[in-house]
Amino acid sequence: MSTAIDAAQVRRLTQELLAAHPPATTDRTDFLKARFDAGLAWVHYPAGLGGLDAPRSLQSVVDAELAAAGAPDNDPRRIGIGLGMAAPTILGYGTEEQKQRFLRPLWVGEEVWCQLFSEPGAGSDLAALGTRAVRDEEGTARSGEAGSGGDWVVDGQKVWTSSAHVARWAILIARTDPDVPKHRGISYFICDMTDPGVEVRPLRQITGEAEFNEVFLTGVRIPDSRRLGPVGDGWKVAQTTLMNERVSIGGARIPREGGMIGTVAKTWREQPGLRTHDLHQRLLTLWVEAEVARLTGERLRQQLVAGQPGPEGSGMKLAFARLNQEISGLEVELLGDEGLLYGDWTMRRPELVDFTGRDAGYRYLRSKGNSIEGGTSEVLLNIVAERVLGLPAEPRNDKDVAWKDLAR
Amino acid sequence: MTVQTEAAQAPDLLYTEAEDDLRSAVRSLLADRADAPTVIAAVESDTPYDLRLWESLAAGIGAAGLLVPEKLGGQGATHREAAVVLEEFGRSVAPAPYLTSAVVATEILLALAEDGGPAAALLGELAEGRRTAVLALPFASAPADAAASTTGTLERTVTGVADAAAADVLLVPTAEGLYAVEAGGAGVAVQPLVPLDLTRPLATVTLTGATGTLLAEAGPAAEAVGRGLLAGAGLLASEQLGLAEWCLTETVRYTRERHQFNRPVGSFQSLKHRMAQLWLEVVSARAAARNAADALATGSPDAPLAVAVAQAYCSEVAVHAAEECVQLHGGIGMTWEHPAHLYLKRAKADSIAYGTAGRHREAVAGLVELPAP
Repeated sequence: MSTAIDAAQVRRLTQELLAAHPPATTDRTDFLKARFDAGLAWVHYPAGLGGLDAPRSLQSVVDAELAAAGAPDNDPRRIGIGLGMAAPTILGYGTEEQKQRFLRPLWVGEEVWCQLFSEPGAGSDLAALGTRAVRDEEGTARSGEAGSGGDWVVDGQKVWTSSAHVARWAILIARTDPDVPKHRGISYFICDMTDPGVEVRPLRQITGEAEFNEVFLTGVRIPDSRRLGPVGDGWKVAQTTLMNERVSIGGARIPREGGMIGTVAKTWREQPGLRTHDLHQRLLTLWVEAEVARLTGERLRQQLVAGQPGPEGSGMKLAFARLNQEISGLEVELLGDEGLLYGDWTMRRPELVDFTGRDAGYRYLRSKGNSIEGGTSEVLLNIVAERVLGLPAEPRNDKDVAWKDLAR
Repeated sequence: MTVQTEAAQAPDLLYTEAEDDLRSAVRSLLADRADAPTVIAAVESDTPYDLRLWESLAAGIGAAGLLVPEKLGGQGATHREAAVVLEEFGRSVAPAPYLTSAVVATEILLALAEDGGPAAALLGELAEGRRTAVLALPFASAPADAAASTTGTLERTVTGVADAAAADVLLVPTAEGLYAVEAGGAGVAVQPLVPLDLTRPLATVTLTGATGTLLAEAGPAAEAVGRGLLAGAGLLASEQLGLAEWCLTETVRYTRERHQFNRPVGSFQSLKHRMAQLWLEVVSARAAARNAADALATGSPDAPLAVAVAQAYCSEVAVHAAEECVQLHGGIGMTWEHPAHLYLKRAKADSIAYGTAGRHREAVAGLVELPAP
């Protein structure tokens, strides 16, 4: 281990970056590239890959200094899948070449990433996925990327893919061996979304718009050099991706009446004519539950800061999904005549998703997804029951059967 | 969403090392002296309270004086530590006048003891565990009832007074002020009732020609009673948390062991989901209860809201946990022999004590300006 980096050093490096590239006179992308090269992108990453091998907690020092200096950020909401899922997986399993090629443009936001995991036939049971990747040793790999074992030819369909229509790259899991049990026959790839055979179609959803896409893969050729991790180990690699998805939940501190409850409380206060006794009782119950959920998140945050992370995080998504649904449902009722209306059913492609934005009808419908996306509430309850409470698993009949013999 | 900036004001929702040590001491004392068969036997006897347990708790561990400053004879700790003791009492449901005497009566006396006098003297005795006192109001009284409590005279009958049978002193609010009345004195009758919750005896207190020491005039008395009831309601949330946690732990243990259809019943998804849901409620109740205890400990202006939120939430969690405990235990959960019924009765009685969840939601409505139609 080299000498540990401390807050003072990180602050000094940040000031040096700002001095060499004054935000006021530096192009946004140039500044972000310089920041990456200075190791201040994600300080816990290795040196040379945007980091300093420093403790993760020092990132807040960098972020605060840069925010105070008015420096641009990489708009993390736009590139969340790259930052939160692709990057840690590439870091964990990528070759040196892959890390050098992909991480910088990913972090800077020049290249947007998406995730090709879920399929129409593989939702909660993701490991049952059927998109096939077949090796073609002869290969017709394009120049420059050939030379390491030919191509994989991928056929299948993926679904619920956010950002696919703007993404340059995708992390993809596909079945490379149908003759072994489902968890063992999967491999993990990086797919070029501009390649022939990749077709992205908007997936219009319950709210009228299309946040997500369906992605059809037809004879897509992926060079073997863009495989992440060993052949057949894709499920294990995917766990890294999914684990990092969960880490991001429950980070920020929320003020009282933050989130949806604040909106409905405001309506209640401003429009006395809408008040009824029944709604009052339900509002108070939900207000208390929202406040308790906020405190639970705060307690979880304090545990993390104190270095005593608990399993409580697994529960937060469950709580927020239910509360968002019930609060927005109450709000539609409270609005009465106005609750009968809806803002706009036009098919659109929203840039960003805001669960608490737009009108009550939208919030009511969008929040239905909160108990489905990122793990259904039913699956999360199983996880809590088995991993936190130690209750026995249900008997299963899919673990030792070759994928090709599973019922579908 | 905006980010809260006032980090200094954020409540400390965790447990300190000292609190963990206190918990261990109380837990092992209760395990020694008040296991389930002992409690079941005691509640049907004429002596539900275990005096030796109280002695060890009060004098040995010093738990009775946690809220009392050292100069008044106490431990100089706070509601945070008392809350931890109550979590353990919730886990054990052993009968002891901790919440009623060491929290509510003690808090009332603390409000009145600043200038010395009889309140300070009694406080010192309570802190050392030599005597116990209870507030002579119905156990269902909420903090909001304090203002109206200072009415009438020392000639009165009060029903549903919790732990009156264990008390040496009754704190009686009247129109003239707050009196300390010797429970064993002339003109005082304490008539036990048959309570739903056998682990917290209730009694009717009848005062006919009794005399007492005036501790405070009506104004400060009402304020002190309000403070006592607020602390009682706030720390009751920790008892409810401990109770709910016991119910969940026992239910998980039982359903892992109990086999039907050639598998542990705890492997059935319909049961697992109910226990996972309960776990989520217990985790949330812990945050709410710690928030209330911390707000009381720091004298936060948010304390009334923190207490109302904790009571509105934790009451229902405790009842839900106890009801699930009975149901998921199946037949054995309906027997007198199994302790589940003690927890159900305690949880249901607790949901009325110091104000129902509904009354606390009403308090929330007033505090955060969400008025009724």
